[in-house]
Amino acid sequence: MFKKSIANSLFLWFGLILIVILLPFFLPPYFIHVLVMILFYAYLGTSWNILGGYAGQFSFGHAAFFGIGAYASTLAFVNWGISPWLGMILGGLLGMLLGLLIGSLCFHYGLRGPYFALATLAFSELLRLISLNLDLTGKAMGILIPLKGNAPFSFQHESKIFYYFVILLMFIGVLWITRCIDKGKFGDYFTAIREDEDSAEAIGVDTFAYKLLAILISGFLTALGGTFYAQYFLYIDPAITFGVGNSIEIFLRPIVGGMGTVYGPLIGASVLGPLGEVTRGLLGGYQGVHLMIYGAILVSVIIFLPNGIYGWLRSLKKKHRD
Amino acid sequence: MDTNILVQAIISGLLMGGIYALVAVSLNLIFGVMKIINFAHGAFMMLGMYVTYWVSVFLDIHPYLSLLLSMSVLFVVGFLIQYGLINRIIEAPEHNQLLLTLGVALFLENLALFLWTPNYRMIKVTTFAGAVHVGKVMFSTPRMIAFGAALTMTLLLYLFLTKTDSGKAIRAISQDREGAHVIGINLKMIYSLAFGIGSACVAAAGTMITPFFYITPTVGLVFVITAFVIVVLGGLGSFWGAFFGALIVGVAESLGEVLLSGSLKQVPIYSIFILTLLFRPKGLFGKRHV
Repeated sequence: MFKKSIANSLFLWFGLILIVILLPFFLPPYFIHVLVMILFYAYLGTSWNILGGYAGQFSFGHAAFFGIGAYASTLAFVNWGISPWLGMILGGLLGMLLGLLIGSLCFHYGLRGPYFALATLAFSELLRLISLNLDLTGKAMGILIPLKGNAPFSFQHESKIFYYFVILLMFIGVLWITRCIDKGKFGDYFTAIREDEDSAEAIGVDTFAYKLLAILISGFLTALGGTFYAQYFLYIDPAITFGVGNSIEIFLRPIVGGMGTVYGPLIGASVLGPLGEVTRGLLGGYQGVHLMIYGAILVSVIIFLPNGIYGWLRSLKKKHRD
Repeated sequence: MDTNILVQAIISGLLMGGIYALVAVSLNLIFGVMKIINFAHGAFMMLGMYVTYWVSVFLDIHPYLSLLLSMSVLFVVGFLIQYGLINRIIEAPEHNQLLLTLGVALFLENLALFLWTPNYRMIKVTTFAGAVHVGKVMFSTPRMIAFGAALTMTLLLYLFLTKTDSGKAIRAISQDREGAHVIGINLKMIYSLAFGIGSACVAAAGTMITPFFYITPTVGLVFVITAFVIVVLGGLGSFWGAFFGALIVGVAESLGEVLLSGSLKQVPIYSIFILTLLFRPKGLFGKRHV
């Protein structure tokens, strides 16, 4: 019995891995693009989730980290010809540095809840304004990344399959990190801070250190996502990188899917991605329709599924068992 | 630097600050009562502006004449959103309420985009237009009228909150929710009333600026973020804090426009914002115990 269930789950995992690897080779480019976008937002959502979901520090300005990553690798590539793969690491480190700045300021002065949310929003807006006014960042015109054709060492390829595997690996990486947090003692400290910061402090959790740790990890990972975006679309500007809209896109999926859970962001991305594509397909002539639907979904989820889709599924399963 | 330019900048800043005051004070009213940071506040302002726009286009009347209509429409919209949506999750964690209003804002802004396109619209006015010149300093007439109306509205709101029974109930709730409930105040009704009034006030601000401000579905975002800065500067929940904070921010923005180029004008505002959050999170005028 026991052996059979292990064999079964091994078989299931093997099948799943096989499908994920082979799938893009059988799909037309458009569907690969849809998958890339799902994985991309699942990646960003999972990165946000470490700070916003697990540690309970609701960031409204994750676009700041995203933009730092996107501009760092792009400027290094365009100006000095440094490979975006190296630029990506550089961007991640700068994202971490920004996290250190925002985190040490906000957490030192005890900003919580909506105050922290507004402060992160202010930081991302400041960066947007700065990038909008610097010659270095191309101002409102943004930066076009020169085409290199099939150049995997320059993080570029004509086939979308290349990007599919890059973002797949990135997503698996961030999923693994989240699982470690979820199962490990960091996760317990993060949850304690989220549930009741004062009590966590009282029982001896160094809340400042753990919140800072969460923002450093989250900032690093989100910045890597910025580089991926830049290399995938080969164009960035201040609004799409640092804009409020981008921050909203980043935290929308984990909220819809389930904050503070390992798979919540992936579920949110898997629901919102295709839905956005369908509405764009049906009503493509009209701007903003998919965002209107996202707004309605956000309202419905908050009212009816306060723990997200994942939380809802789990409560269904529990009810079923009882 | 020419002193005339500086004086002009300060005057323009104060006039705009009056509008910000009405937006921020009504945002603060909602925060004070429900403890909700209302992201949809800007979207309500935008709707108020569109009500005014369509009325003045179809009936060919001066935008000011639609003031009562846009206020009533937005009162109903605000009342219903609080009554039907936010009241259901009033006990939920803070960020859920914030996200709910964000969802409402996303929905309304993109509905407007869908219905009315992203085109920038202007209302041309011939009466109450122009400007008054005092020496080399110019006072734009529509801006002065908007300033006067916003101040009047802010004062009326203050009188409503301090002199009427409903207003006193609103203040009672913002000071002690449980206590107010014990003495028999219908919390959900008062919440809805407060939200409706807040929305009507921001709609009034929207209507009054249409003679000199473009109308587009995302126009509210500019104002709502500025209003966040103001209420944090003045102290979340503090009426006069928001009022004076608005005048300070108006002048800071206007001076920023003169001294810094282009969109950098907003940098001082965000810097003020971050510094206040860090060093005086209760705001300049906020009560210590909030």
